[in-house]
Amino acid sequence: MGALLDALSEITGEEVIEHLHQLAEPLRGMKVVHVNSTRVGGGVAEILHMLVPLKQELGIDAAWEVIEGEADFYRCTKGFHNALQGGAVAVSESLIRNFEETNRKNAETLAPKLRDADLVVIHDPQPAPLLRYTPQRKGKWIWRCHIDASRPYRAVWKYLRRFVAEYDASIFSLAAFSQALPIPQYLIPPSIDPLGEKNRELRQEEIDAVYGQFDLDRDRPLIVQVSRFDRWKDPIGVVEAYKMAKRFLPTLQLVLAGGGASDDPEGEAVLAEVREAASDDPDIHILLLPADAHTTINALQRAADVVLQKSTKEGFGLTVTEAMWKGKPVVGGNTGGIRLQVINHHTGFLVSTPEGAALRIRYLFNNRERIDEMGRKAREFVRENFLMTRHLREYLTLMVTLTLGTGNRVELE
Amino acid sequence: MKIQEFVIRDCALSAIATGRKAQNLRELRGHLLDVHPDAIYYHFWGGLLRPRFDDPEFNNDFAAWARHGLHDHLLAERLAIIDPTDFDDLEGLRAELIEVIEERLDESELVPWAKADEQFHFIRSQIVVFNTRRTIRHPKNLAAAAAHMSLGSVFFHLIDARRRTPDGVDDFRSWLRDVGDGYPELCRDIASVDPYFNTLHNLRDQITSIFRRHSGRK
Repeated sequence: MGALLDALSEITGEEVIEHLHQLAEPLRGMKVVHVNSTRVGGGVAEILHMLVPLKQELGIDAAWEVIEGEADFYRCTKGFHNALQGGAVAVSESLIRNFEETNRKNAETLAPKLRDADLVVIHDPQPAPLLRYTPQRKGKWIWRCHIDASRPYRAVWKYLRRFVAEYDASIFSLAAFSQALPIPQYLIPPSIDPLGEKNRELRQEEIDAVYGQFDLDRDRPLIVQVSRFDRWKDPIGVVEAYKMAKRFLPTLQLVLAGGGASDDPEGEAVLAEVREAASDDPDIHILLLPADAHTTINALQRAADVVLQKSTKEGFGLTVTEAMWKGKPVVGGNTGGIRLQVINHHTGFLVSTPEGAALRIRYLFNNRERIDEMGRKAREFVRENFLMTRHLREYLTLMVTLTLGTGNRVELE
Repeated sequence: MKIQEFVIRDCALSAIATGRKAQNLRELRGHLLDVHPDAIYYHFWGGLLRPRFDDPEFNNDFAAWARHGLHDHLLAERLAIIDPTDFDDLEGLRAELIEVIEERLDESELVPWAKADEQFHFIRSQIVVFNTRRTIRHPKNLAAAAAHMSLGSVFFHLIDARRRTPDGVDDFRSWLRDVGDGYPELCRDIASVDPYFNTLHNLRDQITSIFRRHSGRK
């Protein structure tokens, strides 16, 4: 067994790892290429950082490629992202031309790898047209959508659908995100890496370090939201909720910690709005962290009493999973994948407004024993359902089915 | 006489969206008329292996949607009481579901509907079966083995088996009938376990307890 699988078996049990070996057996030596648009920042990159080495340990010839583009390309794909999440975003003809041309060029650069692969997994809309520009392909191609596309802006979806419909299969995080497509749509929620820098166990002094680093008072209640400065994450709503709760919990502190992703050009504008909303409150700490500040984020989540993820749209919400794994109850937006993780009154609370979030924050700090109780449940819920071993098992199942055509029953010996 | 070993297997379900969704009760009925039987199976049994807490409010997804999507308490209760083990096959179960829904449509002034983000999404499943490399050589060893079975193994041998075995029984009874005199008393006790209104944890405890009670009698 490889080092990663060895370490994982201590968390999940050996049986879970044995299942992975059984599933990977018919896939040994297979060439698998994942393609996305950024190597750092955001949930997709984090998933690939762990998934690809694990597949390699299981004997699969897995690789990860990243497409490259200019500023216009990312403006266009950010528009697509917002449109898939329901925003009525008009994307100009010139941006569309740039999008297609960028994909054509990337397809040329990646051609040898993509043509020879037994399986290609394309993540999100950015590289979706690569299939069309790789005519001599021999393997199966899967489009993996990480976005909450439950009610997409139709004009943009109609355009993207033409590319997606040509794939052999697709993967969505939730049934609600799936679309009318002529290809199978597998449902695979994402996962976290319990061994990675962002989720590994920390020594107490590593957690303590963030209090000094960010001028936080360890003796006062602390709520934290970790996410990109993105409108869909509703950081302004978090500030409003904090202000409402603060009237009843005067010592409350808020940390809004986020980084940028190289494929997100809107972050700075949202950050400026959040700073404006926070005004001069010394207990609101807005932290712009570098993309590799995983240990700091880990420590902040562990330092928090309660974690917020007040998104109004959310593909899955890996920051929710991370917080739950650290034994924290989560007050989360009643949307997308957060609903799959935050089970009302068990692992946290689902809310629809800043008022709702404020109410739940007050409730938890007035019933401290519930914070511990929900936190314990949250950690076990993640252990059972949202660690990368489950994610990998579902990927491998899909690979076995697509490449070996085993129908509705996959029987492994 | 040489006894055929009982091979302990484990399983997991993969979910596949069908692309079908219902926003009101009439749409739900329409899809139920011809949706793939695997989807009906998934919405009755799949919950046992899905992320959730034990002790759910409803044991099938149709009842849960009637309650939380349509806010129709009466329909939710009528759907919740449907027990899939009462039917010989999924077509019988499908007919009962449609009957209950049509009855409700007949007595409703308005067609109950759900908000756009509370639609019912039809999902079907694919099962992956693992070989645990563990076997049971004699019925006296069943209790020890059952106590350590994973929840996936419990699902496979007690629930999935009903779709595989010729007479629609669990794998334990299917195996015991070919061993010695067929262990009729043990088989009768296993048959009394209710696989539906239960959790996999409880099923494991119940079946282990039955095996313990009977071990030593033969």
